[in-house]
Amino acid sequence: MRRSQTGEPSELDLLAIACLLPSLLYILVMFVYPFLYGIYLSVHPLKMDGFSLANYIAFFTDEYQYKTVGITFRLAVPNTIVVVAISLLFAYNMRRGIWLERTVTTILVLPISLGVILLSQGILGFYGGKGWLNQLILGLGLLEEPLVLTHNFTGVMLSLFMQQFPFCFLMLLGYISGIDPSIENSARTLGANPWTVFRRIMLPLIAPGLAIAFALVFVMSFATFPSAIMLGQPSGSTRTIAIAAYAQAFEMFDMSYASAIAVIMGLFQLAGLLLILLLRKRMVTAATMGVGKR
Amino acid sequence: MRGRMWGLAIYVFVLGFILNLLGIVSHVMVSAFAKRWFGTPFPRALTTEWFSYAWTEFGLAQVLGVTIFVALTVVALSLLIGFPAAYILARRNFRWKSLLLLLYFLPLLIPQMTYGIPLATTMFRYGIGGSVAAVILAIMVPMVPLAIFILMPFFEQISVNLEWGAAMMGANRLQIFRRILLPLTLPGLLTAGILVLVNTVSNFELTFLVSGAGSQTLVVALFYNVFAGGVRPVYSVDAMAVMYMAMVMILLIVALRFVRPTQMVFRLDQPKR
Repeated sequence: MRRSQTGEPSELDLLAIACLLPSLLYILVMFVYPFLYGIYLSVHPLKMDGFSLANYIAFFTDEYQYKTVGITFRLAVPNTIVVVAISLLFAYNMRRGIWLERTVTTILVLPISLGVILLSQGILGFYGGKGWLNQLILGLGLLEEPLVLTHNFTGVMLSLFMQQFPFCFLMLLGYISGIDPSIENSARTLGANPWTVFRRIMLPLIAPGLAIAFALVFVMSFATFPSAIMLGQPSGSTRTIAIAAYAQAFEMFDMSYASAIAVIMGLFQLAGLLLILLLRKRMVTAATMGVGKR
Repeated sequence: MRGRMWGLAIYVFVLGFILNLLGIVSHVMVSAFAKRWFGTPFPRALTTEWFSYAWTEFGLAQVLGVTIFVALTVVALSLLIGFPAAYILARRNFRWKSLLLLLYFLPLLIPQMTYGIPLATTMFRYGIGGSVAAVILAIMVPMVPLAIFILMPFFEQISVNLEWGAAMMGANRLQIFRRILLPLTLPGLLTAGILVLVNTVSNFELTFLVSGAGSQTLVVALFYNVFAGGVRPVYSVDAMAVMYMAMVMILLIVALRFVRPTQMVFRLDQPKR
């Protein structure tokens, strides 16, 4: 009965089903059902009977609400590009290991484990108007006025970068250092310069990992909530779509409208994901076409 | 020469990032011990009274109790549910396997804010929202898949021949499980358990959305007190932050004895060698 590692699909026996069932049931009941329920709720507005798209129409006709989509994009897109670009630069240059690598990666894990709340509280103090950075800048006489880095757009970007750079960097580092160095060495032996090696050999190999990194960072940034509250202006310039959804649910107690906003948020994330994966497909085809027969 | 410049630039950036990180963390720490601190590089007088203030004023004994209870329960239940599933997913091939893997991957991929709102709505509708049980159930949604994905490669490393050999010598399933699988996957269970623990303690979004007055974990209580700024002295909030930080640091030190830092993030599929 066990043909497990031959690669052929085998039928599941009772034991296998019994093993899979608890986790499957859990995901179905606690993840899939609430999701579907949310979608159902979003098309059944509070003060109406039966099916209606009123919530969606309300969202896209109310400037205070639909503006949040633009705000979220303006936060998420630049942040994603910066985080992935810098992570790629570093991960690529560290692919053969560096001095003190373990220490460096350990320190980078710190922001991931400390979590967003502590990080934001620290950023408020450190980068704030009377924080250490501004004291240093004013003390050295570099600037006349303190830099305003918190309670605005910059503050949120700062916090997002601090959370996501280590995440993205470690992810890409793991991926890139898994690529067989002999591929690169052959190219070098055949006379390719470092830039050509990167462009023609490594980039196509990294592309799948890069696309996933892009997608994950974008999706995470698009749902930013605590940073936008703590380091931004939650009722003004950094009112992201997640804040809008939260406010509907727990301040207005309109779960139906809140679900609609959550669905809209999910759809935008999905659209971003698909776009990135589509681009990756084109990128990889273009790259392999240049390399030779396929 | 250009390679050298690159190397240098990288070290400068990493150094900058680490300095900025240390600055952020130590600012919180210094502030927690400050009597009053305004506009000077360092507070004029230090005190530890904010810790006792935070402890009594924020009811931290209760919050800490909830946090530890939630974290341990989530670890135990996630491993219990995840272990058998990871075993089957690592050992068997079946028709809908890739679909099932995708389903398990979704709670890790989709941001917690996106599915947390419908989840919270559902929980409040069924009357369990706001309870400690709700917090545990909600955090387990991403943690069960996390445990599965961490455990799978550990099972893949164990040769099937060991199980077959044991079966041939007359071991029944329970014995194979107890004598072969459990001891050999112990490192995997440890890794998964620690990562689930760290992620549960620092989980904000889901806990925030489904918790109520008596079921806040430390990080959510911290958020509410930061947010209620002005009412609370910032030093007491920072004292609370330091307690949270100490808790995470201890977990992290334990974690890094068993886990490589790159394991703390998503595992991307490696290119084939």
